Amino acid sequence: MRISILGGRVIDPAQQLDQITDVHLQEGQILALGDCPKGFQAEQTINAGGLIVCPGFIDLCCHLREPGPSYKGNIASETQAALAGGFTQVCVRPDTQPPLDSPAVVRVVKEKAELVGKAKVLPVGALTQGLDGQLLSNMSGLQGAGCVALTNLRHPVQDNLILRRCLEYAATFDLLVVFYPEDSSLKGLGFAHEGSLSSQLGLEGIPETAETLAVAQILLLVEQTGIRAHFAHLSTAKAVTQIAEAKAKGLPITADVALSHLLFTEACLESFDSNFHLEPPLRSATDRLGLLQGLKDGTLSAVSSGHLPHEAAAKMAPFSVSEPGMSSLEVVLPKMLTLVEEGWLSLTDMVRRLALAPAELLRIKSGALLPGYSADLILIDPKASWILNNQTGFSAGKNTPFWNQPLKGRVVTSLVNGEIRYNLK
Amino acid sequence: MSSALNNPAHPRNVQLTSDGRLKHFLSINGLSKTLLTEILDTAESFANMGEQSVKKVPLLRGKTIVNLFFENSTRTRATFELAAKRLSADVLNLDIKTSSTAKGETLMDTLQNIEAMYADMFVVRHADSGAAHFIASQVTPRVAIINAGDGRHAHPTQAMLDMFTIRKHKGGFEGLKVAIVGDILHSRVARSQIRALNTLGAEEVRLVAPKTLLPIGIEEMGAKIYTRMEDGIRDVDVVIMLRLQKERMSGALLPSEAEFYRLYGLTTEKLSYAHPEAIVMHPGPINRGVEIESAVADGSRSVILQQVGYGIATRMAVMSMAMSGQMHERAQI
Repeated sequence: MRISILGGRVIDPAQQLDQITDVHLQEGQILALGDCPKGFQAEQTINAGGLIVCPGFIDLCCHLREPGPSYKGNIASETQAALAGGFTQVCVRPDTQPPLDSPAVVRVVKEKAELVGKAKVLPVGALTQGLDGQLLSNMSGLQGAGCVALTNLRHPVQDNLILRRCLEYAATFDLLVVFYPEDSSLKGLGFAHEGSLSSQLGLEGIPETAETLAVAQILLLVEQTGIRAHFAHLSTAKAVTQIAEAKAKGLPITADVALSHLLFTEACLESFDSNFHLEPPLRSATDRLGLLQGLKDGTLSAVSSGHLPHEAAAKMAPFSVSEPGMSSLEVVLPKMLTLVEEGWLSLTDMVRRLALAPAELLRIKSGALLPGYSADLILIDPKASWILNNQTGFSAGKNTPFWNQPLKGRVVTSLVNGEIRYNLK
Repeated sequence: MSSALNNPAHPRNVQLTSDGRLKHFLSINGLSKTLLTEILDTAESFANMGEQSVKKVPLLRGKTIVNLFFENSTRTRATFELAAKRLSADVLNLDIKTSSTAKGETLMDTLQNIEAMYADMFVVRHADSGAAHFIASQVTPRVAIINAGDGRHAHPTQAMLDMFTIRKHKGGFEGLKVAIVGDILHSRVARSQIRALNTLGAEEVRLVAPKTLLPIGIEEMGAKIYTRMEDGIRDVDVVIMLRLQKERMSGALLPSEAEFYRLYGLTTEKLSYAHPEAIVMHPGPINRGVEIESAVADGSRSVILQQVGYGIATRMAVMSMAMSGQMHERAQI
């Protein structure tokens, strides 16, 4: 299929491009930007006047819930939600049931996603078998099956010798290891940021040191093993500083922040609203500013959705016994545009954080509108006003504070491999 | 900030009607001095009822009150039951054993089933902080909810009966120095007391405990922190001792009961640092020889048993006021 996307504001951080121009696609790839190449005859043209055209977003952390509890979501519902949110590729967490610790399960997920034909999936495999921190997973096999990285999520490998071996073995295959830094003993039974507010509300706290201590420890092991490491979902200002200092030392590390932590603070817990029960917990206003600053200066090179869909009952419980997580794939774009409006970053940097940077750190040929790259791109109407509800939302998880709320900025069209896979009617 | 915009369900508003009357009683947080004083005045009007031959008023006749205790309690439940009966309500007691990890549906289903029996008020005790708020805002908003203790968060009727006790013995709150001693970390009572004392205008609220039993940043509620008992209770008018649970030793919070008693147990000797007319309070049940010496608990300065009696009057006040607010709001809809 030959497609020309005409007259859009094309933003591509990889080429430092932000101008009104045309994009031409052929055989699932980007053919050219600007003038129509000689002899190119588009079979379909898309008028992108008034719209932003940019590389499709790549989510670094997304839960599709399949295989697993289908009442929370499935590959079809969540990859459809991803496309509606502008994500043409999503990294899949390994804590499925069974977990992504064997090539067979990884292949099943990939095949199912291909069959569904919405957003592409990028599996992140388990670092240890069963995510239980004891035995190495079949890393090379997982890599062969298509895993772009490995992680043990928030199940930290308790034994430092085992962790060291994991990192050394992963380094053998130049695999990226993703860390969700959290010291489990300092976390204890906590579920809220430890501070004056959690003390007043009687919610068990998770101290800042649960994150910073883990970051410090992992950084030392990264230095020793030479592993490529990515720190996901940072929540404290201090951890941002730790990452900045380690980067300055030349360690091969990157870091991201989840959308929710750029928007909210612990203050949201005051009404005990379980939609704000998240992992890591929402922290102080100072921490939020530190994260925004890190986003601005690039210490946090990427923003991830942290998408965790839940059925309604999972959240209909007192705060501490509700299940943690927020459904967020479909609100990332409008809320990031709000941060752009507030001056935290430029539109180009927004696209960089959501598309180019994730592609670079995953080392995949994507996230840019360069000739020969897969034609994964989206069209955005930055002015569109809409409401997230049963008519507009696709995710099985309605567990978001933005449910039934007005939003501004919407994905109009998403193309994957040069096919229009999502088009807003 | 965006968070405030996105989160309008603030707890301060949940327990009040649009014209500022009480319709649930969930926490002291957000209640005015006027409202707290109204509770104390109403309690005062019920205070002598126990001595009368007919111990009943018809304020809640025809109303059904369900005591929902998800956590064990003898005294609190008994005083709530007596309070409800003295207000002429029909009372149903339900002890619902549940593990803290039980799924939310169970709690929701239970409550909605009982609501379907046309209950007018739930008195709720639950092991999870925020449980009463959750029920009032999400589950059964048209049933008046009285928080009888939720996790470490709040125990507002206990705090109000303590305020009633203090006002009875000290005449008021102006210029008053109050020390709360012991396991502040796990105490919903202390949290509610700090709020109530500050709202009612006490001069100084002091918290006395080792650092392992002091929640981080608790001073921001309006309290001074003391780690030495002798300094903490010096010249105070009221000493409130908190119960120390045995589990605190195994949680690496304290080395031993003996050391705690030596440092923070209220003995006659330590009480001598307080104002000569200081009263001694305790929400009960007391651990003799752990946080308080028997001679002090049973001594002339102790008002611990009076507290229990005042508990009924205070709970009658809160129940009748919340029911009235709830009825008022239902009539308007």
